[in-house]
Amino acid sequence: MSNGLMTAKILREEKDELEAEWLESLSEVGIRRPELLPDAELRQQCEEVLGLLAEAAEGDLADYEPSNSADARELLAEISHSRVRVGVSPRENTRFILTLKRPLFRRLFDRAEGTEELSEEVWLANQVLDRLALLIVESYQTSRESVISRQQEELLELSTPVVKLWNGVVALPLIGTLDSSRTQVVMETLLERIVSTGADTAILDITGVSTVDTLVAQHLLKTVEAARLMGADCIISGIRPQIAQTIVQLGLDLSSVTTKASLADAFAYVLERRADDAAYLDPGTLETDD
Amino acid sequence: MNSRIPILKIGSFLLASIQVELDDELAVSLQEDLTQAITKHGAKGVLIDVSSMEIIDSFIGRVLGNVAACSRILDAVTVVVGMRPAVAITLVEMGVGLHGIRTALNVDRGLALLREATERPAAG
Repeated sequence: MSNGLMTAKILREEKDELEAEWLESLSEVGIRRPELLPDAELRQQCEEVLGLLAEAAEGDLADYEPSNSADARELLAEISHSRVRVGVSPRENTRFILTLKRPLFRRLFDRAEGTEELSEEVWLANQVLDRLALLIVESYQTSRESVISRQQEELLELSTPVVKLWNGVVALPLIGTLDSSRTQVVMETLLERIVSTGADTAILDITGVSTVDTLVAQHLLKTVEAARLMGADCIISGIRPQIAQTIVQLGLDLSSVTTKASLADAFAYVLERRADDAAYLDPGTLETDD
Repeated sequence: MNSRIPILKIGSFLLASIQVELDDELAVSLQEDLTQAITKHGAKGVLIDVSSMEIIDSFIGRVLGNVAACSRILDAVTVVVGMRPAVAITLVEMGVGLHGIRTALNVDRGLALLREATERPAAG
């Protein structure tokens, strides 16, 4: 019968009292931590969540599904994000919402003590808050994942150092696993550096690469080809015996690419090739023509 | 047909620097102009500077290939210089390898390459 009318009424009419009590409960259970989250911000978050619920209470609370509401998703994402940033655990983050149960239920008891509707009202209020809690878990997760993916990107950029070996010679030692996104970054960084240093030879050293699959090999070939289009020679060095076997077994054609056993071999080859040009034997004083 | 790519003569080489957006029509007229100029001046080498080009599509890529093929028949070497990284990546991704075309980082290097390429057979 009641259909959450009382809960809705409380949410609409007793917002301020609820907020005060909620904050109190938060400090009781020990998750009101001003050293992590400033009190003003916490207060603001409480207010916004209650505002959201009050708005939801205008409609039918039984049907309220916060994950369908863009406002709710946005608000909870914001709340989770502010907590992820300061390192609050997912448990505490969820508990923030669940703590609202106590003040809300207490109010329900005050109003409906002993009536038949009480259990129904409590059940409904419980459901609404549980849905909200589930959503906040999800948004916490999303927020965390975005942090991780950002770190991954940063790592990616750090892991492609292009070093100048000699005047007009750059080397890119690759370490770790090469996946498509990384090879893409490798390609871009190398080409950018070829332009900025005016190098006419680039050495791709894959000594530190443990596995090469078809896709990676394809990308390496593309890098070599793109470097050639720009007017630079690209040498691949440090191919491990296992990788050489894989490449042959996969039937990849590396005949268009100069390959050398080690970075030292590749470097020696480069120097030898330009031995007739005395200017190039100078390791770096020659002005690059840009 | 109102604008054309200027072709400059440097010694026995020709330089075409593409500073404007190259549409298909302009590309074809560049090909015609270049082949004519090679015969007219008896040029031994052609430099095509693409350093200002932000987009090279497959058609332009093919035109560049054609220019190289034509000049080879007319006994001139073609060098494409100054291709930007993004352009190079796109061309490779599209599978336009520009095979048979020589490349260099900039006009200076391209000139050096041409001198080397044209002097060697004479010396040998």
